[in-house]
Amino acid sequence: MTDSKYFSTTKKGEIFEMKAELNSDKKEKKKEAVKKVIASMTVGKDVSALFPDVVNCMQTDNLELKKLVYLYLMNYAKSQPDMAIMAVNTFVKDCEDSNPLIRALAVRTMGCIRVDKITEYLCEPLRKCLKDEDPYVRKTAAVCVAKLHDINAQLVEDQGFLDLLKDLLSDSNPMVVANAVAAISEIMESSPTAAQVLELNTSTTNKLLTALNECTEWGQVFILDAISNSTPKEEREAQSICERVTPRLAHANAAVVLSAVRVVMKLMEMLEQTGDYYTTLLKKLSPPLVTLLSAEPEIQYVALRNINLIVQKRPEILKNEMKVFFVKYNDPIYVKLEKLDIMIRLTNPGNIAQVLAELKEYATEVDVDFVRKSVRAIGRCAIKVEQAAERCVSTLLDLIQTKVNYVVQEAIVVIKDIFRKYPNKYESIIATLCENLDTLDEPEARASMIWIIGEYAERIDNADELLESFLEGFQDENPQVQLQLLTAIVKLFLKRPTDTQELVQQVLSLATQDSDNPDLRDRGYIYWRLLSTDPAAAKEVVLAEKPLISEETDLIEPTLLDELICHIASLASVYHKPPSAFVEGKSGLRRVLPPRSQSGNVDEANVTAEVPQQQQPTVIPGADSLIGDLLDMDLGGPSMQQMYPPSVPTSQTPIQSSVAMDLLGEGLDSLLGPSTLGGDVLGGLGDIFGMPQSQSYVPPQEVWLPANKGKGLEIMGTFARKQNQIFMEITFTNKAMQNMGDFAIQFNKNSFGLMPAQPLHIRTPLPPNQSGSTSLPLSTNGPVQKMDPLTSLQVAVKNNIDVFYLSCLVPLHVMFVEDGEMDKRVFLATWKDIPSQNEVQFTINNVQHNGDTVSQKLRNNNIFTIAKRNVEGQDMLYQSLKLTNGIWVLAELKIQPGNPNFTLSLKGRAMDVYSGIHGAYETVLHN
Amino acid sequence: MIHSFFIINNTGDVFMEKHWKSVINKSICDYFFEEQSKCASVDDVPPIIVTPHHYLINIYKNQLYFVAVVTTEVPPLFVTEFLHRAVEIFTDYFQECTETSLKDNYVIVYELLDEMLDNGFPLAMEANILKELIKPPNFLRTITDTVTGKSTGVSGTLPTGQLSNVPWRRTGVKYTNNEAYFDVIEEIDAIIDKSGSTVIAEITGYVDCLVKLSGMPDLTLSFINPRLLDDVSFHPCIRFKRWESERVLSFVPPDGNFRLISYHIASNNTVAIPIQLRHNILYREGSAGKFDVQISPKQTMGKTVENVVLECTFPKSVLNVTLTPTQGKYSFDPVGKVMTWDVGRIEPSKYPGIKGNISLQTGAPIPEANPPLTLHFSISQLALSGLKVNRLDMYGEKYKPFKGVKYLTKAGKFQVRT
Repeated sequence: MTDSKYFSTTKKGEIFEMKAELNSDKKEKKKEAVKKVIASMTVGKDVSALFPDVVNCMQTDNLELKKLVYLYLMNYAKSQPDMAIMAVNTFVKDCEDSNPLIRALAVRTMGCIRVDKITEYLCEPLRKCLKDEDPYVRKTAAVCVAKLHDINAQLVEDQGFLDLLKDLLSDSNPMVVANAVAAISEIMESSPTAAQVLELNTSTTNKLLTALNECTEWGQVFILDAISNSTPKEEREAQSICERVTPRLAHANAAVVLSAVRVVMKLMEMLEQTGDYYTTLLKKLSPPLVTLLSAEPEIQYVALRNINLIVQKRPEILKNEMKVFFVKYNDPIYVKLEKLDIMIRLTNPGNIAQVLAELKEYATEVDVDFVRKSVRAIGRCAIKVEQAAERCVSTLLDLIQTKVNYVVQEAIVVIKDIFRKYPNKYESIIATLCENLDTLDEPEARASMIWIIGEYAERIDNADELLESFLEGFQDENPQVQLQLLTAIVKLFLKRPTDTQELVQQVLSLATQDSDNPDLRDRGYIYWRLLSTDPAAAKEVVLAEKPLISEETDLIEPTLLDELICHIASLASVYHKPPSAFVEGKSGLRRVLPPRSQSGNVDEANVTAEVPQQQQPTVIPGADSLIGDLLDMDLGGPSMQQMYPPSVPTSQTPIQSSVAMDLLGEGLDSLLGPSTLGGDVLGGLGDIFGMPQSQSYVPPQEVWLPANKGKGLEIMGTFARKQNQIFMEITFTNKAMQNMGDFAIQFNKNSFGLMPAQPLHIRTPLPPNQSGSTSLPLSTNGPVQKMDPLTSLQVAVKNNIDVFYLSCLVPLHVMFVEDGEMDKRVFLATWKDIPSQNEVQFTINNVQHNGDTVSQKLRNNNIFTIAKRNVEGQDMLYQSLKLTNGIWVLAELKIQPGNPNFTLSLKGRAMDVYSGIHGAYETVLHN
Repeated sequence: MIHSFFIINNTGDVFMEKHWKSVINKSICDYFFEEQSKCASVDDVPPIIVTPHHYLINIYKNQLYFVAVVTTEVPPLFVTEFLHRAVEIFTDYFQECTETSLKDNYVIVYELLDEMLDNGFPLAMEANILKELIKPPNFLRTITDTVTGKSTGVSGTLPTGQLSNVPWRRTGVKYTNNEAYFDVIEEIDAIIDKSGSTVIAEITGYVDCLVKLSGMPDLTLSFINPRLLDDVSFHPCIRFKRWESERVLSFVPPDGNFRLISYHIASNNTVAIPIQLRHNILYREGSAGKFDVQISPKQTMGKTVENVVLECTFPKSVLNVTLTPTQGKYSFDPVGKVMTWDVGRIEPSKYPGIKGNISLQTGAPIPEANPPLTLHFSISQLALSGLKVNRLDMYGEKYKPFKGVKYLTKAGKFQVRT
């Protein structure tokens, strides 16, 4: 007789059938029916329709039936809140039952029913149960407080349940204490106000320590975690806690062991680092950690991630345990990779021989990922242990001889690092490396090889040929390889200028003209300019001595490490990230290690150093992420980053790239003058300057003065921006019967101080029925008076007949100046700086362009896109512009794919210009 | 704490779910399947998977994935241990923990899960307490239930052990034959390199007990050489203080089967290797590859090595092997490319060997490295570390129990590189 029989009916009327059975008079049949319902529920079938029928079975003295009904209630009460109310009376009655099991069951089930109406009725029974004479009921009630807090935190705080819960910490029964601790930890996690009420003090810590020995293993985990979150006041107290916690290190439950490790690791910081007790503790920590590694692989994995932290913080603990990290061929891959990482951390001159032998063994395994990491590990050993570098290099050479493609590529990547660490030592192997040139197909390996060739160009006779061979497919290469190739060839040129001129010109033109990667172009231009203006400086910059790479490149930054040590055994320790970085709703408390004790006494102010996380709602991505975006394109991974010493100008920061533009801008002619590369280059340059003047949008001329009002003179005009200047394009048409002449023009005071920069030149006399046009350059140095609308301009035109007054609107975009591109950091700072009430949103309807065209179009009109970001499928363009009078305006343009309506948010100090700018966007984007 | 729980079978069916807080749709398991699809082997699924709002912590046992969903910062080992414990309890209840046995006992599984955790916090995780609350299915009981028309499935009283200082033991235990058996089992994990020297060898030992004693016995177990045990994990019943001061194990035992201690003897102490291999493996084009392995005992302290099984995982390019063993039988799994040779016991007179040819796929390159060999074996009446029980004393009860100690050495992860 098995439960699978409950699934045997597949007929249509299944629910109907169950309903009938539930209403049966026979107890036995009823119970079977409820079981059938539960079985269907377990596999995710919807049996909520049976709610009233099942609830009817609740009033029973049969405990099994009661429990089954409760199971059902917990699952479906949420979807049928009104029905659930029917059950309340039974619950309340059960809370008074003489059997503690039933009392506990009732309060427990009520807590699981997440329906507000029921929760109201829960408070009284819960209060009673928290003070019940039976510890089983109390311990269940403690958890129920946490449940209630999750449903309605305010209610729990208002009803004083927190204090009742805190009282349970002093309960005589350890199981009750443990559950109270568990409930408190969960509540503290989500509510900072509760955290203040529930803060542990020394005397509660002592009570917890007493309960620790007697409660279940699970309770021990809660208690240990709670203890690790409080910081004792002085060294003696810390030591006594350690003494009482260390027996837990020998527990069979891995979770208990690791939680105990956390407490000890944290408190050790407070102990005298030279004391005997400290040394004893160090010795005591090693065996339990090693033991965790003979547990199931899942436990091993968590243990290994934690050991990785522990080894970085206190390498002494496991320094003699290298062998337990040796990899077995049938370990799961996640265990293998972690073990490998720790092996490297533990490597020292004493055990390097063994480690190398192991690594070499691993490099012949089948799992590609693992083999790659093993080869890298050999390189890391070489960098870490100088004495062994030679052995590592020869091991790597052996591996290269295997000709296994991915092994060779990894080997070359790490050899590059070895060269950086030990210059002028192992260059003899370059010849061997060069033999494998053709087999390299991964960007990182190619880039590494090219770096090696460039760096040691003077020792490689055919360096030029080698690099030239790479150059053939330049356009198809990964940007990482392109950048390396560019740098390498420039290095080669500086070392052997005589025969490589052609090569360097080729690569420079490839980089600057044919590439659409701005980093590559920027770097190309910088080299170009450096080479053409000051070859000596170029030599100093490009061939500068590089700082040696550090021994350990992947150590966790110390403050983060300290924080993570406080989170040993938690998810944070597995991800090596502070919980605030990934746990939702985590209140922003940062844990810090207790300050080291020098004198034994600790300044109290420092102990509670909980730094609230700064959470500023920002519309703009952080500066880091913007820069990061740019870097991503260039650099493959963390290890690649070492390749670019800071002294070599790379496009690492956007600041540099904008500087590069200025550099080029000013000295452009001198660079281009003697250049043999014709005018073609200009096109390329124009591109990066982003000022193809003719492309700026010029609205069509409109009639400013109709002939009937101008005594036969019709004036049409518009405004344009060309060559960094505003022009008034004006056409006079003579519709009178006589010649016109003596034209002159004058502006009234206006918002932007526009005035003619030169007198009006027009062919005179203007015969009847003829037109004369001119472009009148305007300056912005005239008298200023704020107009309404802002862009309105009053003009007086005189001819030999009369003086005419006309008024026109200057399209605001002609006021946008060419140097309106704000530096990214300044932009960020400014954006934050401007109060948010200055932000105004506009909608721009029906734009039929994508983000790229949009930014190009806007750029043509001196609205500069500074950064682009994709947020949940939307393109966000961050833009800046500057008006002739020096007013900066920042903008954020939100573009949703498929939606022709863009959202424009403007932010600036002067809000008057907003509507004009909105107008300018409209004009530009719709033309 | 633990929010939800899913059991997934090998074909990707989520056939069991339980939620201790609000319901999380089982589509959350899609994240699990996504990770799983990236893995070459079923064992390689990462134990912790991050999804945008949840964390999936899983274990793989008996061809089933047990997945727990958590939403807040919890100690992951706590969850892993819970999952292992749940599997142990299911095994205890249904003799095995397989898809069929779980499906056959849906309601009990559900009741158990509900009893084990409350709001995601462990409530009753001890098998003996659970068994008092929810009776395991049993043929006899089913008959009684049907005959008497009463249900004995769920107990109406509070389990006695739940709140005592010895939650692991129920009160009122009665046996007609009082007996206590102790098995000292040692597993040797080793890596032996090509030349036969030991890269690493360590012993993981357990003392597993079967205690059927009436009343509340208080036992003391002492060893002849307790010094060996410097890295020990104890069952909660052991009084740590007495171990610290006197190096004896003093405890009130749980009822039935349990693991009293587990210990670890590290590689730094030299571990005797009981068995050695001589091997000669060579790949050549076509079917001309050679495979020749001989097994011989090494340091067995005069005991016989039994249940010897040799496994060899060949690279994918190997098509087949044709071998002749001097004793036992061998088989070759052409999918996993695993050759298993069931050797049996090693007679002192002649040492077993296996010999023959390896056929490679035509055109496939000759494999870089030789395949590693895994050995399984057991030696009864021997604890390799030399650990020996001195005596077992019982206090608190008047009767005289029957006592027995057994020793067994097994291969754990015993690998030989070739």
